[in-house]
Amino acid sequence: MEATLFYILALVTLVGTGFAITARQAVRAIVYLVNSFFALALIFYLLGAPLVAAFEVIIYAGAIMVLFLFVIMMLDLGHPERMKSPRLVDWIPALVLVLVTAASVAVLAMEHHAQPLAAFSGISVRQFSQALFTRYGVAVELVSLQLLFALVGAIYLGRRR
Amino acid sequence: MTWTAVDIALMLGKIVALYAIILTFAAYLVLAERRILAWMQDRIGPNRVGPFGLMQPLADVIKMLTKEDMIPKAADRLLFSLAPAMAAIPAILTFSVVPLGAPLHLFGREVTLQITDLDVGVLFFLALSAIAVYGIALGGWASNSKYALLGSIRGLSQLISYELSMGLSLVPVVMLAKSFRLSDIVNAQADMPFIVYQPLAFVIFLVSIFAECRRIPFDLPEAEGELVAGFHSEYSGMRFGLFFVGEYINIIALSALASLFFLGGWRGPFLPPIIWFFLKVFVIAFLFIWVRGTLPRLRYDQLMHLGWKILTPLALLNILATGWWLALR
Repeated sequence: MEATLFYILALVTLVGTGFAITARQAVRAIVYLVNSFFALALIFYLLGAPLVAAFEVIIYAGAIMVLFLFVIMMLDLGHPERMKSPRLVDWIPALVLVLVTAASVAVLAMEHHAQPLAAFSGISVRQFSQALFTRYGVAVELVSLQLLFALVGAIYLGRRR
Repeated sequence: MTWTAVDIALMLGKIVALYAIILTFAAYLVLAERRILAWMQDRIGPNRVGPFGLMQPLADVIKMLTKEDMIPKAADRLLFSLAPAMAAIPAILTFSVVPLGAPLHLFGREVTLQITDLDVGVLFFLALSAIAVYGIALGGWASNSKYALLGSIRGLSQLISYELSMGLSLVPVVMLAKSFRLSDIVNAQADMPFIVYQPLAFVIFLVSIFAECRRIPFDLPEAEGELVAGFHSEYSGMRFGLFFVGEYINIIALSALASLFFLGGWRGPFLPPIIWFFLKVFVIAFLFIWVRGTLPRLRYDQLMHLGWKILTPLALLNILATGWWLALR
């Protein structure tokens, strides 16, 4: 049951991301990407991380992509690009990237020996939050400071002169 | 957990029953709104179809279904037809975590009156309300019309702004209940509903859900005086109907959540739990109608000012105060 669901969701994620890259209209690309975020959130849920699944939807699908959409609609960038199909030379960087990824996956797969995992039934919100704010507390503080710097920077740039 | 045939049948039964309840409630909320508004404005309102106009929702559905379904020539056909569903589905999905009443004991098994009791129920609700933005944004964009686009840009920025204060006003509730689970939140209010401890959070939440529903005084995305009908100007027939019903389902969903978070959900003396729950939902839904009949629309800058400079800082202060109170108690 879980395995079937996982493969369906994985397929949706990959196909959604593929369409997001190849879509010519920016708005449609966003819709495809949001779809793949949904599938990814469900995969996190299947893995026993409901909190991460919720944050994936709230932050990525619900905040970041909405802001992208907002900017595209505000600046009226929603029209399809009039682009000719890429020349052969343009494909080379993508091909190199695919080769590198495929080679690393192959190497890892050869060295990998499947081991039975310890029983794991997911993590509760309480456990997750305690780990986040005690064990990883410093990292959380550092990240939030960084966000604060970004915020101050944005306010400085956007202030009225 | 292994699922037996009884479990699956129960689950399907609950889902079907919930759909029936939501759709009936939404249909009659439309009628109630028209009648109550008429009463407030010293008119009569729809009273021709059936006794007291009670069959009016049915007549409206027939009208919607038989109307011509138009798609503008320059529209993005795929997104145009998907957008109404994107607006309505998150509202319906919200109900899957709402407990309608106390767990029942039937034939030796406990039956919860809720489809699933998610560990992250509050976040699930916030995620769905974050997603609900897409229906409005894409509906307006895909229509390829100036009014619709302006309406959906307004809608986007309004929903993003008020989601923030809505989420922040729920933090004290989670702090008091010590859980994201909606059944735990209701159980934590066994002695006293949270509105007593958190009146400010309740007010912030209430104002934010008015904005989230895009109702007067926050109905700028569809301000009919300036934008025709805003993001759904180009919609007709049942597609418009879905936007319309979705708005009312959303009102019911948010009223249900307000009653769960602050008014103790299904808890109450004398009457059976489910009656209490629907009573509270109806009181808040009535508030929506009352405000619509009373207040004028805000100006756009006033709307943004209220969201960012008043509600959000107040919600943050409220979290701080609640934290101090919990720590020093």
